[in-house]
Amino acid sequence: MAMELNKLSAVQMREGLLSGDFSAVELTKTHLEKIESSSKELNNFITVCSKEATDAANKADSLLKKDKSNCPKLTGIPIAVKDMLLTKGIRTTCSSNMLKDFIPPYSSTAVEKAEANGAILIGKTNHDEFGMGTSNENSYFGPVKNPWNLERVPGGSSGGSAVSIAAGHAAFSLATDTGGSIRQPASYTGVVGIKPTYGRVSRYGVIAFASSLDQVGPHTRTVEDAALILEAISGKDSNDSTSIDLPVPDFLKDLRVAKEQSLAGLKVGLPKEYFIEGLDKEVEESTRRAAKELEKEGAELVEISLPHTSAALPVYYILAPAEASSNLARYDGVRYGHRAAKISNLSELYEKTRSEGFGAEVKRRILIGSYVLSSGSYDAFYHKAQQVRTLIIDDFKSAFQNSCDVILAPVCPSTAFKIGGLVKSPLKMYLQDALTTPASLAGLPGMSVPFSTDSNNLPIGVQLIAPAFKEDILFKTAERLERVATIDTSIHC
Amino acid sequence: MPQFETVIGLEVHAQLDTDSKIFAYSAVSSGDSPNSHTDPVTLGLPGCLPVLNRRVVEFAIKAGLATNCSIQSESVFARKHYHYPDLPKGYQISQFDKPICLDGHLNVQTEAGEKKIGITRIHLEEDAGKSTHLETEDSSLVDLNRAGVPLIEIVSEPDIRSAEEAGAYVRQLRQIVRYLGVCDGDMEKGNLRCDVNISIRPIGEEKLGTKVEIKNVNSFRFVERAIEYEEQRQQAQLDQGEEIVQETRLWDEQRGATRSMRSKEFAEDYRYFPDPDLPIVKVDQAWIKKVKDSLPELPKEVFKRFQDIYKLDEYLSERLSEERYVASYFDEAVARHNNPQLLANWICTELFGRLNKENKEMTDCPVSPAHLAELVELIDKKTISGKIAKSVFDEMFKTGSSPASIVEKQGLKQISNSDELESVIDEIISANASQVEEFRAGKDKVLGFFVGQVMKATKGKANPQMVNEMLNKKLKG
Repeated sequence: MAMELNKLSAVQMREGLLSGDFSAVELTKTHLEKIESSSKELNNFITVCSKEATDAANKADSLLKKDKSNCPKLTGIPIAVKDMLLTKGIRTTCSSNMLKDFIPPYSSTAVEKAEANGAILIGKTNHDEFGMGTSNENSYFGPVKNPWNLERVPGGSSGGSAVSIAAGHAAFSLATDTGGSIRQPASYTGVVGIKPTYGRVSRYGVIAFASSLDQVGPHTRTVEDAALILEAISGKDSNDSTSIDLPVPDFLKDLRVAKEQSLAGLKVGLPKEYFIEGLDKEVEESTRRAAKELEKEGAELVEISLPHTSAALPVYYILAPAEASSNLARYDGVRYGHRAAKISNLSELYEKTRSEGFGAEVKRRILIGSYVLSSGSYDAFYHKAQQVRTLIIDDFKSAFQNSCDVILAPVCPSTAFKIGGLVKSPLKMYLQDALTTPASLAGLPGMSVPFSTDSNNLPIGVQLIAPAFKEDILFKTAERLERVATIDTSIHC
Repeated sequence: MPQFETVIGLEVHAQLDTDSKIFAYSAVSSGDSPNSHTDPVTLGLPGCLPVLNRRVVEFAIKAGLATNCSIQSESVFARKHYHYPDLPKGYQISQFDKPICLDGHLNVQTEAGEKKIGITRIHLEEDAGKSTHLETEDSSLVDLNRAGVPLIEIVSEPDIRSAEEAGAYVRQLRQIVRYLGVCDGDMEKGNLRCDVNISIRPIGEEKLGTKVEIKNVNSFRFVERAIEYEEQRQQAQLDQGEEIVQETRLWDEQRGATRSMRSKEFAEDYRYFPDPDLPIVKVDQAWIKKVKDSLPELPKEVFKRFQDIYKLDEYLSERLSEERYVASYFDEAVARHNNPQLLANWICTELFGRLNKENKEMTDCPVSPAHLAELVELIDKKTISGKIAKSVFDEMFKTGSSPASIVEKQGLKQISNSDELESVIDEIISANASQVEEFRAGKDKVLGFFVGQVMKATKGKANPQMVNEMLNKKLKG
């Protein structure tokens, strides 16, 4: 029984803890053992908090013993957190040499909320440095491997986070998504991943990559878990002016109601621009089959057009580096983080510190970003990209106004590729983001739900996109797909 | 040689007098130990986000309204990038193409009369920290207490033509921000500082000459001297057939000269772009109205009121309206005793004189407006003479006591009782027969001797008018 605990969903763990089937200590221990046995090879953790987690589990058990009915909803449930989210007193590296010894004096709001709900932090996960990458190969701490096939990448940037769920290292995990960093690894590793609406979850304490795009969301084993966790971490935060002051629905309760009803009346849009040339045949088939399954449940399928989809990638690769070049200006070796040794003047301090502290991809994006913001190219690049971003937003607006309630599309053009396979061609690597960046630029909630496997036995997810603050539609649609999915997501747990 | 005219535009930075920083909870405070007013946002820690202090916006609206600007319903914060150790984030949050106030002006008083000086814009921004470069050691120190302190930058049109106009403009701006209570105007501490953009061109020429920016000039006098120096330097340069280099210069007070800091080739590209962490600043009409209604009377209006309503002359009106605190002191005194002229005289001569002597500010004045009004009232009611009043005032300044209690305690009440005075006068007349003769022989001046004797005998308390009348009558008798 003991090892089987890793396969449970967070909702099942909650039930088991409340009914006394197992204790929080047992649950944590099982996960720590699993981490011990497989995380070295997968390289998905940068820091494992064995002692802190065990202490917290003991506390959770006494709380459960004392007053079950008043235990917050994540009591005793072990979580992993991407190493871009600050955790007070626990090293937060951003997978960068720049911050490899950085111990934050405060926690991100999302982590604080999860912990306030009783969740137990079990470790900090590996990812592409500063969130920049789609393969998790750009980490100072080395690449993360895909448990489905150790020669394959897990996707990125939140590869370690997704792998923690796929490999049974945690019940759920908190990650960030800027242009697909939650959805793409979810698809590659066969887990559920949701990027909520921009402003739904506070960005306070999340190391910034591109501020107008970054959003925190969970990787989970089930759609119900995603609903449970999203509710726990959402809401207006007075420390983040871009967080939105809207009531947070009880997503799980709403989902359980929706589960009992047919999908009749739900219009599912299939954007023709997402079924592009170069889209893997098996991915396309899987996506179309998912659509058919929804049709069987009563939904109506409509073909829609989002005409500016092909512009999303270039727009993203102008705006995100622009914001990154600015956000990363603070890493100068003066107050914290890496500081070059043996420097003789100020410019040398900056040059050496930043040359040594940042990896190649980060430097590439700082250069691109500095260029597109420079006075000679601002209008042609940054300003133009902002204008096109508006067109992309308008595409979605008009689709949701006139044609459909939710959009169904592939997550990425292919399944997990080989480690090292795209390292030499950054442009091909960037193409991985073509289908996830549009929703990011529009600030819309997007989700990846595991649906099938390809002939190489690699997971294929399905992407769902909903109007702003309509995550409930994502959950209810995703849950239908989960029911009929042809992938065993617990196989590597 | 052509005649040249000078074209000047000023950028005035005023530190806003708020409790906390513009985007963080740390206190705005000077003089405390280095880095004691910091927090994750001020330190630029990873993951921190700015949250706008609403009061800062209110202060900017006040400054905008008081300088005839139009307040923008939407304004945008932008990031201005440069690397320096006292700039924690590697960028300063400022406003760039969408500032909060636009198109204002001030009318300033110069020798040649009133002059209108346009204000292009007022924008909000955060201050940087302070760097100290140690000469004895191979290192520098950074204090971030000032980092994130709110500033407004008030940018004038190039309408200023002389050092005198520049001085008058900055003085008036300082007076306004102090009246508004948005900035203490302390130039020595750098709470109000000024960058001067200056160029010269042949008179009649439309095109502007190449401009030079003089940074951080931190007193009225330095502004004037820097401009005078720069006018001459540029003219000499042109006279020798040389070109003016577009550059940033610094005022060196010790040398009484400006010196080159960096030329345009080394000018930084600040890579401005809208700050994605901060929503658009929205100011609706209701907010503007609320701020407008809360604005204090401005110095010019006070000046005019003192002239029109209190009938004071220009000199007194000006001195009493210079500072908001003085003006309200005066107003309060007048409200308690309606003799503006005498109160104005007392404030501008006795009170200011005494404060000046003791190196005190009006805000530390030990004499309350109520007490001063009471003192003048005692004079007007002839309870004490003007002369006695001065010694009473002395005591008031020393002890802070009320004039009535001082008069009472020291028995300084004027003697206006004719019986009492008569017996004193009679005694003196009979004791000074020869002087009585002199007076009667037509030597009017001797009257002064008798007055002096009476005053001496009454310790100055005799009502001088009555003494005069009674002496005249008796001596002529």
